[in-house]
Amino acid sequence: MPRKTIKVENLARVEGEGALTVTIRDGKVRNAALRLFEPPRFFEAFLRGRDFSEAPDVTARICGICPVAYQMSAVHAMEDALGIEVDGRIRELRRLLYCGEWIESHGLHIYMLHAPDFLGYEGAIEMARDHPDLVQRGLAMKRAGNELMTVLGGREIHPINVRVGGFYKAPRRRDVLALSDPLKRARDIALETVRWTATLEIPDVHRDYELVSLRHESEYPLNEGRIVSNRGLDIAAREYDTHFEEIHVPHSTALQSRRRETRSTYLVGPLARYSLNYDHLTPTAREAARAAGLGPTCTNPYQSIIVRAVEVLYACEEALRIIASYEEPSPPAVTIEPRAGSGYAATEAPRGLLYHGYRIDRHGTILSAQIVPPTAQNQPTIEEDLMTFINDWIDLPDDALRHRCEQTVRNHDPCISCATHFLDLRIDRA
Amino acid sequence: MTLVVIGIGHPDRGDDAVGRLVATRLRGRVPAAVTVVEEEGEATRLVDRLRGTASAILVDASLSGAAVGTIHRFDAANDPLPEGNLGMSTHGFGLAEAIGLARALGSLPQRCVIYAIEARSFDLGAALSAEVAAAADDVVERVVAEIRAGA
Repeated sequence: MPRKTIKVENLARVEGEGALTVTIRDGKVRNAALRLFEPPRFFEAFLRGRDFSEAPDVTARICGICPVAYQMSAVHAMEDALGIEVDGRIRELRRLLYCGEWIESHGLHIYMLHAPDFLGYEGAIEMARDHPDLVQRGLAMKRAGNELMTVLGGREIHPINVRVGGFYKAPRRRDVLALSDPLKRARDIALETVRWTATLEIPDVHRDYELVSLRHESEYPLNEGRIVSNRGLDIAAREYDTHFEEIHVPHSTALQSRRRETRSTYLVGPLARYSLNYDHLTPTAREAARAAGLGPTCTNPYQSIIVRAVEVLYACEEALRIIASYEEPSPPAVTIEPRAGSGYAATEAPRGLLYHGYRIDRHGTILSAQIVPPTAQNQPTIEEDLMTFINDWIDLPDDALRHRCEQTVRNHDPCISCATHFLDLRIDRA
Repeated sequence: MTLVVIGIGHPDRGDDAVGRLVATRLRGRVPAAVTVVEEEGEATRLVDRLRGTASAILVDASLSGAAVGTIHRFDAANDPLPEGNLGMSTHGFGLAEAIGLARALGSLPQRCVIYAIEARSFDLGAALSAEVAAAADDVVERVVAEIRAGA
């Protein structure tokens, strides 16, 4: 049978490294196989035998885009193992740091990685030539997140100020207050961004996902909450392994996740968080979402660009709320006595639920580590999205079809990252 | 005139660490007025670093097919970057995109030099290749000389 294979070597707007092969037979998508490189396995092995206190800094190195997410899941899991509770000012400061990462990561994805898909450009450089204002707006949004991360994280890349129990050093009140003005500007930019994303041409498609995210009783989830779904799941992070499993698939070295009971796929990330926690958004964020055409739930993955903008708006407002009443926590961390135990935590990385599980001995030495990143959880769902949506576009020329495939993958901002190079995309038509 | 030196890479990814290593070694070897920073290579962060700077020297690893340890030098202010994986770092959205974005936005420094050291592998946890380590020494000296000559 004659085959036609299109190879794209420069799909640079997915964070990191991966490959996608779409197989088309008899006018239908027969298969979509996404292959990802996955660094967590290396880091899980690297952590064994190290002290529990090293987990936040070691795991932060997994991802240059979301180091805070890795630090937060690590500290919460370790605190679970050690039986300590962190509350009050330290808890607020953690939430503030996480807001910075959301603003930074979502800003990057909305403007530099995803927007060119909707406006018909190869990438951000080509878009910048025609729409420098858009790119500048994205840079300004991201910069506000950077500044917040630098003040709280202690340095510009790979924050080093986070420790199990709290922070090494509390940021000074005047330094934190100085973040107010940049964040107010970022909030205005975010509002403008929500309005702008609503003007984009977005395919009107939906899928019946099982949406999975954290849910907290009173706040939009970042650091804490129960793991819930729109199909009735409601568990603590400690029970994660009972309800989710990681499996090997032949086409990828990375593990893929699925629901253990039903063996079915599920979706984590902005769509899930938004749909399961709409009531905890600020009134401004809810109103902006409504004006942008979103209902209280969203199951159109192409609208994820709007949802991310709404989440940036929320993160700016939440950050401003925390900053307004910030007092330096003293001491900046609670005291810890090592003990043997197991600890589990999930937090909301910009891309979705990030699960960590550890076992430590009585000296605090790590015996085992398990890290399940959001992209491993979404990978089978992304393949299903391709199988579902691409059929409608199958008669498009290869170039246009390839573009649709790329956009469909990028809807979920896969953090193949932490990794190298490009997504190698093949379309195989018989 | 402001001058910034940017070492780009990831410390855990084999030869990709070389840009950061060069930056580390340059601290203390260059005049106090020269800013030496390290970055992982994410494009928008690099664009921000280049903004408002008159002169920049960037050091990164490359995988272009040349012999391991080969030192490439590009004048990014005046010439287009070569196609391929030069200066791709560990990011798909990295140095090449940063230069392209800065150019499109009119914020590329008047003088912008890139040193790219040809890598063997970016494997997680791998040590620096001997050829790359040797090249790092050379690049440190060349950057010091270039700054001394009035870069």
